Order: sequence, then structure tokens, then C-alpha cells
Amino acid sequence: MQTPDTSSYMILGYALTFIVMGIYVFSMYIRNRNLKRDLETFESMEKSDKK
Amino acid sequence: MQARPVFLKILDYLSIIVLGVSTYLALVFAPTEAVMGDVQRVFYFHIGTAWVGLMGFVIAAVSGIIYLVTKDMKWDRFEVAAVEVSTVFFFITIALGSIWARPAWNTWWTWDPRLTTAAVTELIYIAYFMLRAGLEDPEKRARFGAVYTLLGGISAPITFMVIRLFRTIHPVVIGSQSAEAQGGFSMTSDMKVAFFFALFAFTIIFIDMIWHRIRLGNLQDNVEQLKLKVTM
Repeated sequence: MQTPDTSSYMILGYALTFIVMGIYVFSMYIRNRNLKRDLETFESMEKSDKK
Repeated sequence: MQARPVFLKILDYLSIIVLGVSTYLALVFAPTEAVMGDVQRVFYFHIGTAWVGLMGFVIAAVSGIIYLVTKDMKWDRFEVAAVEVSTVFFFITIALGSIWARPAWNTWWTWDPRLTTAAVTELIYIAYFMLRAGLEDPEKRARFGAVYTLLGGISAPITFMVIRLFRTIHPVVIGSQSAEAQGGFSMTSDMKVAFFFALFAFTIIFIDMIWHRIRLGNLQDNVEQLKLKVTM
């Protein structure tokens, strides 16, 4: 029995895995960056309120 | 926000290394399965992501119980982290299963008991975020979330056991399987190496991602508290 060529499905599977994981890691980086900016903004607002 | 701990940095590098090694073992080291061909290689990541996905849903349920007992918000942040990371991994599991099914079963999807319970589990946890988004009060959000993950957590063992309890075409690689199962295979010793290493690799990656997500949750809480303080 000849082994079928199913390599295109394998490539699709691994590409999808890395893309989804990459998108998730990138989303965490973006959320982290935006929250740090918000934190800086509120901290400066708090300081100006005290003055 | 506190600087990244040294151990987390080590875990980040370790995650990249084990992911690389696991990919090498799955794509190069493990032999090609004779009947299915190369598509069988998605099995290693399919099981690896399923393992951490289902484990994460159970961990979230346990965190929910601890939150309900202690009312400590850190357990709510842990629960959110576990659900979010697990939902991503379990999505990959379902997608890889569908890609494998196309050449093995000649269809992308069928309403088999395993596929159905897996899809329901994923939808339960997508709905978890919709529930949380609809609640403004942090304590109410945490309490509802904890009860939800406790009930949702039941879907994880059901999804795991369903192929061992019902007639299904989904193969059981470890243990006895249904006579209707299609696409099953016996693992060689090299395949077992790739298989167990994938389980180990995804466990490391899962812990790393959970840790990062908890830190993100902590930062989010700090911002919310400061926002309330400034706007009051």
C-alpha cells in the first residue's frame, strides 16, 4: 500500500498553530503596552490633582 | 508594573526552546505514518494543545472554588488567565483535528460525540468572556465567573471521556477504542518520544503564558483602581 501525500494538510496545521499562538502573544504585548500608557496617564493626572 | 522576574525570563526562553525541539521531533524525528502519511504529524500538537486546554479549564474551575471560599481577587485573575490561555489552545486543538479529519475521514467536520463536546466546551468558554464583559461590578463579575467556570469545568472531563464511553469514529490512541473508530494507529518508540515531549513542551508554554496573563490582569486592576481614584 502506497503512503498518501498529505503533507499540505500537515503544513496547514503547523502554520495555523504558529499563527494563532503568534496572534495571541502579540495581543498580550499590545494590551500590556496600552495598559502601561493608561497607567502613566492616570499617574500624571493624580500628580496634577495633588498640586 | 514590576519588572519581569528572572524565573519568568528563563521560562520565556525555555518555552521557545521546547517549542522548537517539539516541532523538530514532530516534523523530522518521528517516522511518517504508513496509512495517513504526513498529516498524522499534526497529532503531536493536537494532543499537546488538548492536554493544556482541558487541564486549564479544570484549573479555572478550581480557582473559581478558591475564589468563592476566600474572596481574594488574585484567584479571579488566575481563573481568567487559565480560561483565556486554554481557550486559545483548545481552539488550536479543534482546528488541527479538523485539518487531520479532511484526509482521514474525507470531511472537515462531523457531529461525532467527541467533536460535538469539544465544540460545546470551546463555546462555553467563549461565552464566559461575554458574561464577564456584561458585568461592571468587579466582585459580582468575579463571583459569577467563578460559578460559571465551576459549571463549565464539568465539560472538560466529559470531552476527555466521551470517546471512551460512546460509539465514536474519533480514534483513541492510548487505551481501547470503539469499533467504529477511523484513523487510529499504533505509536512506534520514536513517535512516543515526539508525543511525550509535545505534552511536556505545551505544559511549559502554558505555564509561561498563564504567568504573563496574570501579570497583565494585575496591571489591568491597577489601572482600574487608579482610574476610579482620579475620576472620583
